[in-house]
Amino acid sequence: MSGTHSDEPSVLQHHFDNLGQQFEASALGMWVFLVTEVLFFGGLFTAYMVYRMTYPEAFAEASHQLNIVLGGTNTAVLIGSSLTMAMAVYAAQQGDRHKQVLFLVLTMVLGMVFLGVKSVEYSHKFAEGLVPGPNFRFEGDAIHAQLFFSLYFVMTGLHALHMIVGIGIMAVLTVFAWRGRYTSRYHTPVDVSGLYWHFVDIVWIFLFPLLYLIDRHGAVR
Amino acid sequence: MDTAATPHSNYLTDGYSLKSWLLTRDHKRIGLLYLFSVTAFFLLGAFFAGIIRLELLTPAGDLVSSDIYNRLFTMHGVVMIFFFLIPSIPSVLGNFLVPIMIGAKDLAFPRLNLLSWYLYTFGGLFTLWALVTGGVDTGWTFYTPYSSSFSNSNVALVIVGIFINGFSSILTGLNFIVTIHKMRAPGMTWFRMPLFVWAHYATSLIFVLGTPVIAITLLMVGAERVLHLGIFDPKLGGDPVLFQHLFWFYSHPAVYIMILPAMGVASELVAAFSRKAIFGYEFVAFSSLAIAVFGFLVWGHHMFVSSESVYSAMAFSLLSFLVAIPSAVKVFNWSATMYKGSISFEAPMLYVFGFIGLFMIGGLTGLFLAAIAVDVHVTDTYFVVAHFHYIMVGGAIMMYMGGLHFWWPKIFGKLYNEFWAQVAAVTIFVGFNLTFFPQFIVGYLGMPRRYHAYPPEFQLWNILSTAGATVLAVGYAMPAFYLLHSLFKGKRAPSNPWGAKGLEWETTSPPPTHNFETPPVVTEPPYNYAK
Repeated sequence: MSGTHSDEPSVLQHHFDNLGQQFEASALGMWVFLVTEVLFFGGLFTAYMVYRMTYPEAFAEASHQLNIVLGGTNTAVLIGSSLTMAMAVYAAQQGDRHKQVLFLVLTMVLGMVFLGVKSVEYSHKFAEGLVPGPNFRFEGDAIHAQLFFSLYFVMTGLHALHMIVGIGIMAVLTVFAWRGRYTSRYHTPVDVSGLYWHFVDIVWIFLFPLLYLIDRHGAVR
Repeated sequence: MDTAATPHSNYLTDGYSLKSWLLTRDHKRIGLLYLFSVTAFFLLGAFFAGIIRLELLTPAGDLVSSDIYNRLFTMHGVVMIFFFLIPSIPSVLGNFLVPIMIGAKDLAFPRLNLLSWYLYTFGGLFTLWALVTGGVDTGWTFYTPYSSSFSNSNVALVIVGIFINGFSSILTGLNFIVTIHKMRAPGMTWFRMPLFVWAHYATSLIFVLGTPVIAITLLMVGAERVLHLGIFDPKLGGDPVLFQHLFWFYSHPAVYIMILPAMGVASELVAAFSRKAIFGYEFVAFSSLAIAVFGFLVWGHHMFVSSESVYSAMAFSLLSFLVAIPSAVKVFNWSATMYKGSISFEAPMLYVFGFIGLFMIGGLTGLFLAAIAVDVHVTDTYFVVAHFHYIMVGGAIMMYMGGLHFWWPKIFGKLYNEFWAQVAAVTIFVGFNLTFFPQFIVGYLGMPRRYHAYPPEFQLWNILSTAGATVLAVGYAMPAFYLLHSLFKGKRAPSNPWGAKGLEWETTSPPPTHNFETPPVVTEPPYNYAK
């Protein structure tokens, strides 16, 4: 079985029979990893759900303090980055080296825009005294609003950490893509990194309505 | 080692430098790295247990202070559960055997496999460091708000250690799942897989579905300690019981992480030493999956006395009883396999008998605890301590020892002294029962767990228990001598010393670097002992 096929030895690892098997293993591995990620965030979503149900008014009030324009912008930016990521994967499958690099770089840039906007939001919260701790200032049910902001910072912080990791992965991919490592026959790392990037986007797609939008209709501001 | 006498090159002779071991990507070598680390943590956990038992020899708390005692039982629990019981069978035996048993050259992600050993070892050393610099007094369960707001010990550091170790579990589970799905040899269909592999598949599902939840939960406790977030702090609107829900969502299934691989080992051993195919192979395979699934639905039985509504308690009670069904399926099927089999009583089989006995006692007392009324009576008493030691230690360690003996000739290519192995198996069984059976009684009489002093009327049972612990320690020490002795003076093992079935016995002992000289093709059902 071995020795007769024409797979490049440099990309086929010794313990796989062929590139197809190697790709399937990597893809399944990434899917399983993403399942663990769902459960990882799931703990936080559970905590959020419990307290949102326990203190609905305080949570609604607190969520009105979030900047919906910045949050909305970031949502658009992230969806855009998912598009460029998909394009990068497509370019890799086509073996188009230049487009691959271009779209990977675009994805990274959009990711950094997201993080930039996020840091602006964070600094606003610091200025407004909405960071949990001794300096927390909130008119109304301050104790339970603080719980909201605790969860806000943990959830968006963990999400941002995943973005930073993603951008790191993209940087490595870009270097390898530039050197022409990924061809139409071998592009597994681009594919599975794409899955990861889309997952991080999807987490935000859940975070945005939960943190920013729910109860927005009766909003005073 | 004597290379001249080695008829072929194998994974052990494939490089002797430290680097060739520490940077290896061979699943077999990584299994041995785990064997080394896991054994070290076992000795450490056993050492803590020894001091605890000595302290409890007398009713007065005279050996150590109550504060030191709290730190001792916490570290005993943390080390034994997170660094011994959970990784022992999957990481040592599973790592070594799963690829060979399905005819693969290696696990799907060899580098990730090495990484998970480093994460495990680093997480363990980090935890030890936290121990040396102060310890933890919360108990291994880290119940909030004590752990998050009040304890003055190294809770955050130990949490970081366990968090790192959690990644090791996740990566191991992920690796097994992908390997079992994608790397099976031609002809190795799902229903030709050894039950050991099925058990590891079910275990891996728990690894990847449970571990992330405890990871985020512990992260929340850590964040709460450092940043005072209030998620589990009632003063700030938080709910300590939420912690218990999230914690037990992992930690109850974690019991099945310990017991499922043990059941996988038992299935292999029962078939091999009865010379019969496993009775009801499919049922045993699916019962592993059923246990994994039910395991995720029963966490609430840890909270019968923690403000749980009576209806939730009833639901969790019912679901907990249900776990008995797939567990009983396995025990009945092992018994049916042995029925009219030609049973031989070599050391691994003695461990199986011990395992079945201890698992039955542990399982049946689990039914007591699933019944709400009884549970309320014995909550936080030694009855519970005895129960989970019977299940987790009696289950996991007995089969870890049994599996280690069964596959020792395969792993190292050497035969050990059968007589001493049998003596050790019996000693461990006797010592174990003497240690933990009195704890059922003293617990039922009302002795609470986690106290370093107790009323004098409980002393007799504690003396028995401590005496048993001594016997147990002797039993555990014996293999260290005859197994190590076998490495240097043992007879060379043939490929298949037990006459067992399975791909691992078709390759040489020890196996070559890529597991098989020629890629295997599977043409017969598993456990085909009949022909």
